[in-house]
Amino acid sequence: MDDLGAALTAAFGLLTELDPRLLGIVALSLEVSLTAVLLAALVGLPLGALLAVARFPGRGAAIAACNALMGLPPVVAGLVLYLLLSRSGPLGGLGLLFTPAAMVLAQAVLVAPILTALSAQAMETLWEDLSELLRSFGIGPATAMRTLLWEGRFALPTVLLAGFGRAAAEVGAVMIVGGNIEGYTRVMTTAIALETSKGDLPLALALGLVLLAVVLAVNGLAQALRGAAARAEG
Amino acid sequence: MQDGMRGAPGGGAPGAAGSSLPLRLSELRYAAGGVEIIRGITLAIEAGPPTLLVGPNGAGKSVLLRLMHGLLRPGGGTLRWAGGAGEASRDAPRDVMVFQRPVMLRRSVLANAAYPLRLRGLRRGEARARAEQALARVGLGGFAARPARRLSGGEQQRLALARAWALAPEVLFLDEPTANLDPAATRAVEAIVAAIAEGGTKVVMTSHDLGQARRLAGDIVFLHHGRVLERAAAPAFFAGPATPEAAAFLRGDLLW
Repeated sequence: MDDLGAALTAAFGLLTELDPRLLGIVALSLEVSLTAVLLAALVGLPLGALLAVARFPGRGAAIAACNALMGLPPVVAGLVLYLLLSRSGPLGGLGLLFTPAAMVLAQAVLVAPILTALSAQAMETLWEDLSELLRSFGIGPATAMRTLLWEGRFALPTVLLAGFGRAAAEVGAVMIVGGNIEGYTRVMTTAIALETSKGDLPLALALGLVLLAVVLAVNGLAQALRGAAARAEG
Repeated sequence: MQDGMRGAPGGGAPGAAGSSLPLRLSELRYAAGGVEIIRGITLAIEAGPPTLLVGPNGAGKSVLLRLMHGLLRPGGGTLRWAGGAGEASRDAPRDVMVFQRPVMLRRSVLANAAYPLRLRGLRRGEARARAEQALARVGLGGFAARPARRLSGGEQQRLALARAWALAPEVLFLDEPTANLDPAATRAVEAIVAAIAEGGTKVVMTSHDLGQARRLAGDIVFLHHGRVLERAAAPAFFAGPATPEAAAFLRGDLLW
């Protein structure tokens, strides 16, 4: 138990003195995950609106696929992306493997199905409420989707936060396509995995605490947003 | 009559030359889930004072309204507007519908009233101006900035009417607009409906409230089991219904 106590003390030391190595890792983590969520939102939210509004053959299958992909193991996503991005792969020419860009791509792939499925759910509820009115106004699918995205503005931030939680916490995909290169592609989760196996518990613990704090903050924010949304919607 | 509250803000005189009325239904049928709801209705809706569709619950009033508005597709028969396909070129929409339970967007009162105007391509400023006018006419002038979903049921229904009125439609379909409202809110809605009708918009409205039908109707369509049993001017209908079913309905007897 003394080991743990000493490691915790050292971890707090790193946190309070704002250790630059630690800060760099935290900053890269946030940058990669936030960019990934943004990228995934550009694809996932319109897709979610489309699934909520459109009725086409295969819609049920598309929703089922999104739901299944929500549970896509990060290492599998990482592996597939690795094969695509590796020197001999079809996208090898881009030279993205072992760069932060590859990590963004990997996390976006993990997050997009979550945003699609959850936002489709939220907007489907809205659509049930509004479809008769909107059809009465004679609006087309594109306008309906835009209206739903705006009507969902109180519910969708929670969806985005769920996606961010997934991105920030995953380790397998960024490990594979990023390579965990110190000072370049090392993020919180990959650093924790590495430092733990090396026995550098203070840094691992300090990063673990930051990661925990980020996840807690995200959840707190999600809850606050839900409350604010409930008040704003009346 | 002509000097009362006028409808059609900036929309010209609806119901004038080039009218889409009469709307002619011929042997119209509709079934859902194997149940025949509308069983061969032949009917013409002409310009003029409000037409009220009355009848007991399950007579098919709401479904008939949705068929006329185009929200439901007939299973058989025909439904034809006069004037053919000239709708797209017109400034105002041909027909608009207000529902029993008002549907509010998660926006301000003003944004709700302006939404369909924006959909029709009006600039933001013009849409707001017309929406503000319509809000003032339904007594919601001071409510413009409030979230629409916080309004009371009666206020929401008035907002729904303002939203429809701002479009200056030729025909306004109303599906039991006062079914969920208290007497005071009901009176307020009836006054608005009467004003819209006086402005030249043809009102077609369902109701199972006979007092309301007496107050508003120019003519009555009495529906029972998906058929039109009577079509008459309102005073004649209330003075002497021609069918035993209508007589029983007016007496307040249960109809099966």
